[in-house]
Amino acid sequence: MADMTDGTLPARATSAPKVAFFNDPKTRSLIFQGLALALLVFVIFTAVTNAVTNLRNQNIAGGFGFLEQTAGFGISQTPIAWAESMSYGRAFLIGLLNTLLVAVVGIFFATLLGFVVGVARLSPNWVISKIAYWYVEVIRNLPLLFQILFWYLAVLASMPTPRNSHSLFGLFFANQRGITVPRPIFEAGSGAIGIALVVGIVVAFLVRSWAYKRQAATGEQFPVAASMAGLIIGLPILAYFLSGMPISFDYAQQGRFNLTGGMTLIPEFVALTLALVAYTAAFIGEIVRAGIQAVSYGQTEAGRSLGLAEGRILNLIVVPQALRVIIPPLTSQYLNLAKNSSLAVGIGYPDMVSVGGTILNQTGQAIEIIAMWMGCYLTISIITSIFMNWYNQRIALVER
Amino acid sequence: MKRIVSTLALGAALGLGATAALAQAPSTLRNIQNKGFVQCGVTQGLAGFSMPDSAGNWTGLDVDLCRALAAAIFNDPTKVRFSPLSAKDRFTALQSGEIDVLSRNTTWTLQRDTSLGLNFAGINYYDGQGFMVRKSLNVKSARELSGASVCVQTGTTTELNVADFFRANNLKYEPVVFASADETIKAYDSGRCDVFTTDASGLYAERVKLAKPDDHVVLPEIISKEPLGPVVRHGDDQWLDVVKWVHYAMITAEELNITKANLDQMLQSTNPEIRRVLGVEGNGGEALGLTKDWVVRIVRHVGNYAEAFDRNVGPSTRLGISRGLNALWTKGGLQYAPPIR
Repeated sequence: MADMTDGTLPARATSAPKVAFFNDPKTRSLIFQGLALALLVFVIFTAVTNAVTNLRNQNIAGGFGFLEQTAGFGISQTPIAWAESMSYGRAFLIGLLNTLLVAVVGIFFATLLGFVVGVARLSPNWVISKIAYWYVEVIRNLPLLFQILFWYLAVLASMPTPRNSHSLFGLFFANQRGITVPRPIFEAGSGAIGIALVVGIVVAFLVRSWAYKRQAATGEQFPVAASMAGLIIGLPILAYFLSGMPISFDYAQQGRFNLTGGMTLIPEFVALTLALVAYTAAFIGEIVRAGIQAVSYGQTEAGRSLGLAEGRILNLIVVPQALRVIIPPLTSQYLNLAKNSSLAVGIGYPDMVSVGGTILNQTGQAIEIIAMWMGCYLTISIITSIFMNWYNQRIALVER
Repeated sequence: MKRIVSTLALGAALGLGATAALAQAPSTLRNIQNKGFVQCGVTQGLAGFSMPDSAGNWTGLDVDLCRALAAAIFNDPTKVRFSPLSAKDRFTALQSGEIDVLSRNTTWTLQRDTSLGLNFAGINYYDGQGFMVRKSLNVKSARELSGASVCVQTGTTTELNVADFFRANNLKYEPVVFASADETIKAYDSGRCDVFTTDASGLYAERVKLAKPDDHVVLPEIISKEPLGPVVRHGDDQWLDVVKWVHYAMITAEELNITKANLDQMLQSTNPEIRRVLGVEGNGGEALGLTKDWVVRIVRHVGNYAEAFDRNVGPSTRLGISRGLNALWTKGGLQYAPPIR
């Protein structure tokens, strides 16, 4: 301050200018960041303490102990064994598995359909490209919950009552209660078939990488697809007969109300999967189209001038380059699909939200259940992201 | 420096303010008097119990309890705001203070009374769970239902009772669980299930929503006790007393045969009990935090229990439910009110 009053300029460039500690940008930023952090901790701490105090005042029990208690309610689709006498924790796990099931099946079919739609939109065939165009425009502009309800009511309305089931060879049945197929019963020795399947898959991929290497080195081609299919399907069938046919089937029988026996795909699952696949595929279709259009047309022309067929140009030249544009937004769609599956509660599919909601209601443990929901969705999403980021890096353009 | 101090002060003020606001439990009754209406949680539409009519006015037995509360507090039965709640959301809405009272055909159970932090203020309808099936199935008893698909609403005691019933009788069933009553009955109507189950009163109420109500039959078995009543938050005894006694006042009015029509005559009565109930003598109402004429207000605007029952669910309505267990104790039923004195 004294310098300023007597009119001389402070010395420059000899040393760092001396400023008060609270005017030092570094100190300041540290102080403010520290304060922000302290404030955040304080707010969270206050919120948690308040919640705990209020819950105690209202005599609401807290903690995760309730997960051990007997659930006492039934669940319509159980990937693992379930009885009413089992615990809330297991019920929640079944809900989680049902969510994962619909997410995995949904992602698989949405990707297939989405790629078909995306490619179809760019088709030179006017009819195909217009169908794809209208599909995308109609589906993605309608709310998803509405579509789920539509598919559910459409599935139910189009199916006959259980007593008048559509039947195929008396083995497969379709009615308002779902699609029923024979249930395999694995007897002793059926483990060999599983081993054969794993061996078949491993060998098939080894053959594939060998064939690619050989083709790169010598140019000779090998029937890769046929031999892979032969290994993956043929080996387990061989094992089945060699181990003395250890799989029998439980066939569905007409009961008084429903078919009994067999395995049933419940209509809620079918409707939810159809809706999620149709909806997400519209978005994926647009992503795929954008990705393909991002690849310069010169690449296609170059392929043609080499004499490649149109299909091979798409598979070998365009799609691998388009994937780099496609993968990041595709990841978002996968995450959306997994999260959108929570709308299942509208049609009674026993997903994590539906079963968790029942538990929440029977026990009143709202905070705990919501924390579990958030934890599970976060984990599912993060795992999907990590996988997709890994895949994205793998296919990224390698600069040489 | 000034900025740091003010940031700190703001943070502290926010934090402390929040603490202060949440830590102290305010009186629900005072709160209602200040805001000028009762916030009442009801169903999303259950004929006879709580359902908006064509003009958008809520009517029903459960609704009348809310109106009686408003009448007792404000002398105006319209000072109620209704929150339609699904079975699943109802307790959270009450616990969080979104509503003042839950009057939504809710079954009184030990677990709800204790670990959910709630208090039941009485029983305004004695019910039990039943089953409805299609006539074409030719089912005569619930014990014949092995292998059936059952449509049920989530978050209800019904869901647990039906599991208990099938387990106890060693029958198989497939539960199909929906979030709202409307979705449940729609799925049943479209053929997803063989059986629709809920409280017997609900079966009659929902049956009128079906495409062909006459094609469906309610089975004779009642598999559970479902005492339905209003619920309040744990920890505010004064408000609990108000809700409890407003319900008892309607029953007492029926016992003493005080009706909307004869109220003015009754006010001239010399019978000490009637004089006490109507606040001509004594000050029971003021002890509750209400006015002396609280019962007069309830009866004038809403009527006694019998009037509310007959108007909403009784034999002359579409539901056509007879009093049964809900008759007064003097007439072979269970409705019984402690003395107002």
